[in-house]
Amino acid sequence: MAKERKEKIASLEAFQEKIDRDEKIEPKDSMPEAYRKTLIRQIGQHAHSEVVGMLPEGNWITRAPTLRRKLSLLAKVQDEAGHGLYLYCAAETLGKSRMEMNQELLSGKAKYSSIFNYPTPTWADIGAIGWLVDGAAIMNQIPLCRCSYGPYARAMIRICKEESFHQRQGYEIMLTLARGTKAQKEMAQRALNRWWWPSVMMFGPSDADSPNTENSVKWKIKRYTNDELRQKFVDAIVPQAEKIGLTVPDKDLKWDKKRNNGQGGYAYGEINWDEFWRVVRGDGPMNNERISAKQKAWNEGSWVRAAAHAHALKKQTALQAAE
Amino acid sequence: MVSEEKETILWEVFIQPKNGLSHRHCGSIHAPDREMAILSARNVYSRRGEGQSIWVVRSIDIVSSDPDEKEETFSSDDKIYRHPTFYDVPDDVGHM
Repeated sequence: MAKERKEKIASLEAFQEKIDRDEKIEPKDSMPEAYRKTLIRQIGQHAHSEVVGMLPEGNWITRAPTLRRKLSLLAKVQDEAGHGLYLYCAAETLGKSRMEMNQELLSGKAKYSSIFNYPTPTWADIGAIGWLVDGAAIMNQIPLCRCSYGPYARAMIRICKEESFHQRQGYEIMLTLARGTKAQKEMAQRALNRWWWPSVMMFGPSDADSPNTENSVKWKIKRYTNDELRQKFVDAIVPQAEKIGLTVPDKDLKWDKKRNNGQGGYAYGEINWDEFWRVVRGDGPMNNERISAKQKAWNEGSWVRAAAHAHALKKQTALQAAE
Repeated sequence: MVSEEKETILWEVFIQPKNGLSHRHCGSIHAPDREMAILSARNVYSRRGEGQSIWVVRSIDIVSSDPDEKEETFSSDDKIYRHPTFYDVPDDVGHM
């Protein structure tokens, strides 16, 4: 028993040394069980977020105001499907099947980003999602390109490359509305009001309440803490909002020259953590709707999957008969 | 609610960006047969003209070396004479 324990500690230390040397971990390498579990959870949630993220925007594809906007939105939503698949594929290298992950999503057991549990009542919400939600996602994802797990890092590089257009198309929508009629500008402002706080919450609980952060940073899965990324996001978005004449809905927002180690940054108001946890626990405005939509798509697509399998089998049988 | 369905075949995808470069592994996809594997690989991994040729191969058909024997299989630290810097050549001979 003592020997086993010693071996376990030695292998943990060897693993940590490898991480500290900035070596990547690949699927067949030995890794601590907790590292594997953390990654499966994080990559799985990330994949589910991409897939569920298609729903609030998909809702507007047929109602996009112009053909140009419709093409962009279609391409963006298609990218999200692709990103979900890259990520499921990365998670599968850790030994969990996509079918199993899919079932956890459909049964409501798996988590995904709470941001997608908010509704998109107007076209401006599509602008706000691209600008703020994709903006926050990119902030989170860029450091993940250097994550210690090879397949995850490679998927993130591909995703970040493709995603830069997502934020620009969103900002362009907001800019166009903000320069439009009074009613259009108001619509843009209301969408910003709706999406600002949920976007700020996207970085997750405050560092003090984030139990997973310590190990993730030690294992170089995460390179920055939730609060560090949140600060970067606020600092980036505030001037962009000012540029198009929109107002960030936070009365406590002000420049604070002490932030970012004295380089200056924006101080922002208190985050409503009760709302955050309520939505995480399933009580957001659209939680049930999202899961029902996924279940419906899965169930109604079942004949397509069955037909594809039957076709594959038929061809295989014909091929064997010919041999 | 979630019907028990069988898992589709997993395929590894390799994309050749252009002639003159080799096919490079870029990820995996699920598909019931090879035609659908090629189609899905194109949709998932080449939406922006990243490739001009795709290979797909069943993941279970890949034979790989044992990662636990990395040292034994790949170590060549004791064969430094296989590298050009092992050989002393006077500086004034120039680049060789």
